[in-house]
Amino acid sequence: MTAPAGLDATVSESPLLEARGLTKHFPVRGARNGRRGGIVHAVDDVSLVVPSAGITAIVGESGSGKSTLARMLARLIKPTSGELLLDGQASTAALGGARREYARAVQLVLQDPFSSLNPVHDVRYHLARPLKVHKLASGSLDEAIDGLLGRVSLTPAANFTGKYPHELSGGQRQRVAIARALAVAPRLLLADEPVSMLDVSIRLGVLNLLADLREKDGLAIVYVTHDIASARYLADVVAVMYAGRVVEIGPAAAVTSEPAHPYTELLLSAAPDPGRARSVPARARTAPPNLVTPPPGCRFHPRCPHAMRVCTSGVPEMTQISPGHHSACWLHVNGLDTQQRTPLVSKPGKEA
Amino acid sequence: MTRGGEPLLEVSGLCVDYGFDDDAVHAVIGADMTLHRGEVFGLAGESGSGKSTLAYAISRLLRAPGVITGGEVIFRHEGNTVNLLNAGPTQLRELRWNQLAVVLQSAMHALNPVLTIGTQLTDVLQAHRPELERQARRARASELLEMVGIAPDRLASFPHELSGGMRQRVMIAMALALRPQLLIMDEPTTALDVVTQREILNELMDLRTEFGFAVLFITHDLSLLIEIADTIAVMYAGRIVESAPAGELYLAPRHPYAYGLLHSFPGLHGARQRMTGIAGSPPDLRQLPTGCVFHPRCGYVMDRCLRDEPPLARPAAEPPGADGRLVACWLHEAGASAPAELAALAPALESTS
Amino acid sequence: MLQFPKSGKIRLGLGMALVFTLLAIIGPWLAPFDPNKSLTTTNGVPQPPSGAHLLGTTQVQQDVLSQLLVGGRSTILVALIAGVVATVLAVGFGITAGYYGGWLDDLLSMLANIFLVMPALPLLIVIFGFLNKTANPPDVLIGLVISITGWAFGARVLRAQTLSMRSRDYVTSARIIGERGWRIMMFEILPNLVPIVATSFLFTVIYGVGAYTALSFLGVISVSHWSWGTMLYWAQSAQAAQQVHIQWWWFLPPGLAVGLFGTALALLNFGIDEFINPRLRAAGLTRRRARQAGLPRRAQLGLTPVVGQHVVGQHVVGKQLNRESA
Repeated sequence: MTAPAGLDATVSESPLLEARGLTKHFPVRGARNGRRGGIVHAVDDVSLVVPSAGITAIVGESGSGKSTLARMLARLIKPTSGELLLDGQASTAALGGARREYARAVQLVLQDPFSSLNPVHDVRYHLARPLKVHKLASGSLDEAIDGLLGRVSLTPAANFTGKYPHELSGGQRQRVAIARALAVAPRLLLADEPVSMLDVSIRLGVLNLLADLREKDGLAIVYVTHDIASARYLADVVAVMYAGRVVEIGPAAAVTSEPAHPYTELLLSAAPDPGRARSVPARARTAPPNLVTPPPGCRFHPRCPHAMRVCTSGVPEMTQISPGHHSACWLHVNGLDTQQRTPLVSKPGKEA
Repeated sequence: MTRGGEPLLEVSGLCVDYGFDDDAVHAVIGADMTLHRGEVFGLAGESGSGKSTLAYAISRLLRAPGVITGGEVIFRHEGNTVNLLNAGPTQLRELRWNQLAVVLQSAMHALNPVLTIGTQLTDVLQAHRPELERQARRARASELLEMVGIAPDRLASFPHELSGGMRQRVMIAMALALRPQLLIMDEPTTALDVVTQREILNELMDLRTEFGFAVLFITHDLSLLIEIADTIAVMYAGRIVESAPAGELYLAPRHPYAYGLLHSFPGLHGARQRMTGIAGSPPDLRQLPTGCVFHPRCGYVMDRCLRDEPPLARPAAEPPGADGRLVACWLHEAGASAPAELAALAPALESTS
Repeated sequence: MLQFPKSGKIRLGLGMALVFTLLAIIGPWLAPFDPNKSLTTTNGVPQPPSGAHLLGTTQVQQDVLSQLLVGGRSTILVALIAGVVATVLAVGFGITAGYYGGWLDDLLSMLANIFLVMPALPLLIVIFGFLNKTANPPDVLIGLVISITGWAFGARVLRAQTLSMRSRDYVTSARIIGERGWRIMMFEILPNLVPIVATSFLFTVIYGVGAYTALSFLGVISVSHWSWGTMLYWAQSAQAAQQVHIQWWWFLPPGLAVGLFGTALALLNFGIDEFINPRLRAAGLTRRRARQAGLPRRAQLGLTPVVGQHVVGQHVVGKQLNRESA
């Protein structure tokens, strides 16, 4: 189990949510390639600390395990191993009251605004349910609902309470989904790609809303995305995931301008960047790894231009680059001998 | 940037509706664009902008209830000039894939799951080059796969055995099988991860340099277009609101929507400061405002904008000699003064390709 | 969302279903005679329709019209009860199995499969054989028994739909908020399945009519209990026993009634399909108007129709302006 990495001792209070060695393996269904009993290593040994304030971004491509990790943090799916500590207390309850207690502290907003709201119920119903389930509307239910709509800038509230999801735009639906998550007054909001399916011109509006929630309400937010540029814009801390593992974590500015891990470098160079001086040269062609049979040792080594022999032998631990900035790469590990440092012959060949 | 003499494709006043009579939704209104040989033309817009509709209408591939209600589409190839809107089925069949190929949005799912890649590639060849024998067809199919960086032994694979990126490459190979003059690509890399997207686009640009075909690239990702396109047209609610060389658009946008859109993409460099994007919501094509369709969201709206719709025209303040710049905005009419950020001077740019 | 259907066939179906429902309610009071009573003593020949007997008489001079009206209530009532009970069972078992999965799903699916595989008619004959020994079973009981064989198909359909709905984001969101399982099934999943439940209900009612008519025709259900099937039973046995050539006014009305009732329900099912899929709604209308606008009758793939080509210019933009501001 690797030691958790996150914002360093600059945060005086204890972390809100801590993940230790979270792992999730899915069985492979059916006999694909004649293989039975294979497992998909979706998330492997992830340790993460979510502070009680600020925005933490988890950046990764599809297959990196970021959505699975988010769902484990929301306790929607049970980890295969590892533990989750809320306020320092291990939370293991799966059913009933304890589960609902957790739901009051940690909420999740999903990616698709077109399916996260039930088409047969209006906005009022969607916002009233969490209030009723947790018995939070002591005073007037309508007032509470109007207040929530105000917090997500859907005003005047009367225009929206009676509407059905198909009468709202994508951005408005996403705001309603966020309002619904806020209804229980959580301390942590998990957002799984909240703006990927929205039009470009309204993405910033929703991202700014999340930033406002951090500023004004002191809400802790975990922002899961594949877009490193928006992570840089919004987050305080950025964690980069690859093939089910966290490979780098640190302050957003440091990770995006001085990336320590080769995968982060690759991600930054591949992202669209009109401000770039000249176009990027083509790199070696390879595909993201097969999660059923991941490469041995560091999972990035087949694509890594700096791969060494030691990279095939073991998984690198999180090493500190600078305070608060950690990277899981053998390049940063001291005390390796020349044998281990022998570069692997890199094959810029065709795709397998 | 290879700007040949006569344009390869000229679209004038194209109008496309969905449905008809009073129920008609005007998806594209009065679109004008010009594509030259070997040029990468980017069409940028959000949902409801009409960019996909425009592309499919050009190639007459629009499905019902789409109807073309006006305009011309002139396609020049090998000395012939054809108005695609007048062409009959035989003519279209000759042109399609030979001269004009399309890579659809969900191209990864456009491959028949029960046929091997090899069969699907040789199918294309069989349909359009009947004189080729089976050996020759297979050889050509291998050649095509190598061209996009896939090992030829993959001819025997089925689509589900390939990754998303590889399937997209196969679609590109299929589109280029007959060496068309024009390749229309509708969001070809949206469903792929960023690294694969970069690889595929680099390969595409290399192929373009080698074979000299033109590309009409449709996407919502304006920041991507600025890197790869030569000319960009920005669409909003069915109209082209600005059209300019890519570098000029990035450094000196003229239309408030283009300006707002460019500032909706957080950057990877520079100070991290708050950005505002564009106020309001994307337009509902069934209830468009009068006058300029963008005025409800525009930060520079004037009285005239609520009454009259501005035509796509050359900005009045543009220095003579700077061609290819078109804007549909009253701020750039002769006599009106545009704010500084919309009237920046574009510095002389070198070709970046 | 609910609007009066425009399509001809749905209006027809709705109209017919309403007529039948009305007749089921007031029919027996409309009946001019007691269906059991033999009215004259003309021996053994069914009388053709006349002023006194609008649909003629049976061979023992019972009024056919009265039998039809009285029997109609029984038939329709039994079918409706069978439909309602079977649908309730299907909803309960199907959605629960689909939502919870695991061993509960396995158990309920096995149960449904058993009932699906069992041959319905022989089972019903056996059950009614037992029941008939006692007395004339009431309509409600008949409906209940028929529903036993009618719920399994709907349960399977609903289970499949629930399985696909389970992974929808709004169900996930409901779980995240902390909603209890039964609330999710009743208020999140079921409202989205209403069109399918309605279709299943109508389908089961048609099945109920068929089953009840068949059982009565076979004489399994007490033949003194008037229904359309019973009429057919008597008609058939009259021909067999007394060698009397039965006349059309005896067997045609009940058979036609069963057929028309089934047709009405089938047309209603089309209506529900169109409601679910709005694209079907205006399909017929669209084609007519399309032809008026000069478009080809059938849209050809790869040949987008072009109506009207103008020379380029501001005119086009101006023209659109006029159309929009109008």
